[in-house]
Amino acid sequence: MNLAAREYVDKTVKQLIRITGLIVILILTGIFLMLLYNTFAFFRHIKPLDFITGTQWNPSGKIARYGILPLLVSTCLVTLGAMAIAIPLGIGTAAYISEYAGKRQKNILKPAIEMLAAIPSVAIGFLGIVFVGPFIAGATGLPNGLNALNGAILLSVMALPTIITVAEDALRGVPHTYKEASYGVGATKWETLLKVTIPAAAPGIIAAVMLGVGRAIGETMTVLMATGNAQAFPQGFLQSVRTITATIAIETGEVPYQTTHYFALFAIASVLFLITLLVNVIGEHFVNKFRKYHSA
Amino acid sequence: MKRLSPFIEWGTLLFCTGIVCFFLFVILYDIISRGAPSLSWEFVSSQPTNGMTKGGILPAILGTVLVTLTTAAVATPFGISCAIYLNEYAVDSWLTRLTRACIRNLSGVPSIIYGLFGLALFVQGLKMGTSLLSAGFTLGLLSLPYIITTTEEALRRIPASTREAALAVGATQFESIRDVVLPTALPGILTGVVLTLSRAAGETAPIMFTGVAFYINSPAGYLNQEFMSLPYHLYMLSTQHQSIEVVRPLAYGTALVLILVVFLLNITAFYIRYKHSKNGG
Repeated sequence: MNLAAREYVDKTVKQLIRITGLIVILILTGIFLMLLYNTFAFFRHIKPLDFITGTQWNPSGKIARYGILPLLVSTCLVTLGAMAIAIPLGIGTAAYISEYAGKRQKNILKPAIEMLAAIPSVAIGFLGIVFVGPFIAGATGLPNGLNALNGAILLSVMALPTIITVAEDALRGVPHTYKEASYGVGATKWETLLKVTIPAAAPGIIAAVMLGVGRAIGETMTVLMATGNAQAFPQGFLQSVRTITATIAIETGEVPYQTTHYFALFAIASVLFLITLLVNVIGEHFVNKFRKYHSA
Repeated sequence: MKRLSPFIEWGTLLFCTGIVCFFLFVILYDIISRGAPSLSWEFVSSQPTNGMTKGGILPAILGTVLVTLTTAAVATPFGISCAIYLNEYAVDSWLTRLTRACIRNLSGVPSIIYGLFGLALFVQGLKMGTSLLSAGFTLGLLSLPYIITTTEEALRRIPASTREAALAVGATQFESIRDVVLPTALPGILTGVVLTLSRAAGETAPIMFTGVAFYINSPAGYLNQEFMSLPYHLYMLSTQHQSIEVVRPLAYGTALVLILVVFLLNITAFYIRYKHSKNGG
């Protein structure tokens, strides 16, 4: 090929590749517009205020009710429970790997955590039914163990790999000079970890927690299988709950196209989308803060 | 007391780590020990019979393989191309920053929302119906941000001098990418793609409304028809079947096969990475 032809190919390919670069913007915009369009269609039938403040979700009742509150509270309850388990365990494990574990232990622990991350959510949900559920039922005397506590335990397992990996990166990113200065003035390893390393890595650890929260809020299969999906307003951890994701999963398959109920599912999906977007943006803010802080 | 405290402190952290490892152990032990008895050649090579209470899961295995291949066919070319744009061509502009922000946020979008998007766009909008193709496209969209991120990391590891050497001997930028950059980055890209596919193979929520079915009569392999898949099969066997206790062994067997498929893909990815790092990459 002569030079002119080669340059022509070069320019054409460059333009083609540039177009594919825009695809991701198109997809995110597409998802956003799809949710927005259907949510507005929903608000033509139901007043936004009734949607936000309604305490009943019962689209197939005699009088259909579309209140998001029980679903939102369920999602928050399960996520909060999951974080109560996963944050201390995750940060503790991350601290152990980055500060205490030797090379050989690291070579076992890191693949183990990657393995935990690789297990499909449906398999973890299955264990919620056959393992965690009977265990909770036996311990509490309830007829079955499918409740918010079960979902929280499973979600903590789903969120742990994310929290551990990101928090460990953050702890490892703290410059050695900080720790050495701390040891130099006589602090013990533990004091250094609690008062120097963790505070210095705080933005990274907050980012880890945020990413874990995002993972837990958006998770569908585990909560769908393990929380029992009762429609009543959630009362506590030992009650069956139905999260936003589980509601979408259960009802989308059965609902006729373009009915109020159909649009309602997109409306609750929009709320879920906004929450995860917010959580991710906060997480990202702290990741950037951490980078800036330590490159300075 | 002062002398004991380092051990208590160390013990606390070890305890956390131990619990996390215990979680992994329980999951693997329960599924392997109770799934292994169901596993046989017949189980992985025959059709389900007697209303799913007997027989095998061959169509579910085939369906998972086919939908994962479709996902790869959709996501890999676009993902790699987008990563090339970001790492090789893009200058630091508002458009590049917007693209990167979109990728990061897309990877945080819950998978069930991809399912709704696939339903609205592919199944209803483009009239593809609930089919293997719709499900594959939906999983492809879900996989795209991961493939872009991992490919970009692989490209970034290649030093600028490699590209400059190609340009200095007269290659155009495209030729340098095609003949020098991509071949060097291939193991890294491949690792990312395989890891992403292992994730897609285990996803359930995005395919629930876009094409998966509990039972199909025809053999798998038609792109425009519904299909069976391992994760959905496990979900249905463990929650929706009319005699859940009877099919429990089958559910365990399905869970074991699903985990084996996912781990096999992961091990493949680690093998590629390992071999590459040994060759001095």
